[in-house]
Amino acid sequence: MLKQYSFEETAVQTFDDKTSLAMKTENMQVFYGENHAMFDANLAFPKNQITALIGASGSGKSTYLRSLNRMNDGIATVTGKIWYHGVNINEPGVNIYEIRRHIGMVFQRPNPFAKSIRENIVYALRANGLKKKAELEERIEQSLKGAALWDEVKDNLDKSALSLSGGQQQRLCIARSIAMAPDVLLLDEPCSALDPISTVKVEETLLELQKKYTIIIVTHNMQQASRISSQCAFFHLGHIMEYAPTGTMFSNPQIPVTQDYIAGSFG
Amino acid sequence: MNAKRTDLIATIVIDLIVASVVGILFFLLAYILTAGLPHVSWSFLTGATDAFSGAGGIGVQLFNSFYLLVLTMLISVPISLGAGIYLAEYAKDNWRTSLIRSAIEVLSSLPSVVVGLFGFLLFVVKFKIGFSVISGAIALTFFNLPLLTRNIEESLSAVSRSQREAGLSLGLSKWKTELGIILPVALPGIVTGIVLSAGRVFGEAAALIYTAGQSAPVTNFADWNPMDPASPLNPFRPAETLAVHIWKVNTEGLASNAAALSAAASAVLIIAVLLFNLGARLLGTYLYRRVTASK
Repeated sequence: MLKQYSFEETAVQTFDDKTSLAMKTENMQVFYGENHAMFDANLAFPKNQITALIGASGSGKSTYLRSLNRMNDGIATVTGKIWYHGVNINEPGVNIYEIRRHIGMVFQRPNPFAKSIRENIVYALRANGLKKKAELEERIEQSLKGAALWDEVKDNLDKSALSLSGGQQQRLCIARSIAMAPDVLLLDEPCSALDPISTVKVEETLLELQKKYTIIIVTHNMQQASRISSQCAFFHLGHIMEYAPTGTMFSNPQIPVTQDYIAGSFG
Repeated sequence: MNAKRTDLIATIVIDLIVASVVGILFFLLAYILTAGLPHVSWSFLTGATDAFSGAGGIGVQLFNSFYLLVLTMLISVPISLGAGIYLAEYAKDNWRTSLIRSAIEVLSSLPSVVVGLFGFLLFVVKFKIGFSVISGAIALTFFNLPLLTRNIEESLSAVSRSQREAGLSLGLSKWKTELGIILPVALPGIVTGIVLSAGRVFGEAAALIYTAGQSAPVTNFADWNPMDPASPLNPFRPAETLAVHIWKVNTEGLASNAAALSAAASAVLIIAVLLFNLGARLLGTYLYRRVTASK
């Protein structure tokens, strides 16, 4: 039986004006039809850091993440403000396709296109008007190197992406996202379908990528959050209960619900 | 009775059922082919038919069948592709969509002879097009659309949702995702469906008797100007197809060897349909390898 915790008692950090932020949400609410799934989400994400979103299943962390690049359009109703470069991107007039090119996303299950490795990366680039062959080749190499996949596939770029292992496929999905040159990368439990060795590779890749990108990652795995993230937000039943630097969160959680979750008493 | 025994009996029963289905098919094929093939010759396949008795070759009918098929597909594939994409991707789950779906279901259950009579009244009589290839092709389109639409919709829906999300998350529009990512994956299934429906259209007789007509006027195969009345490509000439020819030879044929003629024509028809089925498989596998870059 789940213990009842007060949603009033929260400990969410804010940042001063000196910290440069990649994005931020203000009073974001998410509704699936009548079902209120996300309550007053106020989070800010510092640039070039990895922020982990943790919490039990159904706590709303994926829902929150998917709202950030408007992937919930047509699925859920999202209200409130999502600030990105001084623009509220949760407005009807915003070009969502443009937004998604800046805020990339990697999903829980590796979902490479049923095309060659090369096509996986260049398809969206070409659709966006990048036609020069040399530049496309450059992007392929850069993004695959960025995702630490280059050495494994450089001789087989025309092979089907579906012939890669799960871990390779997931890194290809990361490469595909960063080939678009986004500045924020959203990852929705990217390692949950991978074995431990592939997981380590993806984590190393992310640690390297935070130098260039702001990364927001949803994870089930608390060890993973403590290994790679600088900031950590804890979600509980659609509420953000605590948000703090990862070290503080795991060594000295402020409120009972986080303490219990980190101690493993539920979730 | 123990589990092992139950399982054994069930397996035997299922095997017998499968064997009987396959057996019936092979019996039919063997019967039609052995009865017909001895009468098939090059002159039969290419020769002209005697308009009065129905005797002679099936050259014109064979051409008509293929020409009608191509025309039907040219009309019905684009329409059903659009309808299929709409239903699979864009249609919201509301009363209007379910109305469209039931309309498609009703259309697919219309007897082909009714479709033929409708085509006769509307195109042949009302629009005064007369018995013609084009009337036949439009009637066959009615008959073909629902099944093709359903097939295309199912092939598209079978593609995993995560592929759509991947496309959208890269900033691709819904249409671009559909066209460039979903459609190639669904293509083998769609092509298989198209070729199989081609087999059905090729063998259709009832819908054509009143629309494409029962006469195969001698055409001049050296004249490829579609505007000339004698050209095989003229879509406004009457065009008896192979399936209609079989029906006609059997019902009103005056040739002394009518039985042999219809047996031979049936064998040719069956072989063509079998080739369509085989072609559908090969083409589907080939395309799948091609678009997914898997060897």
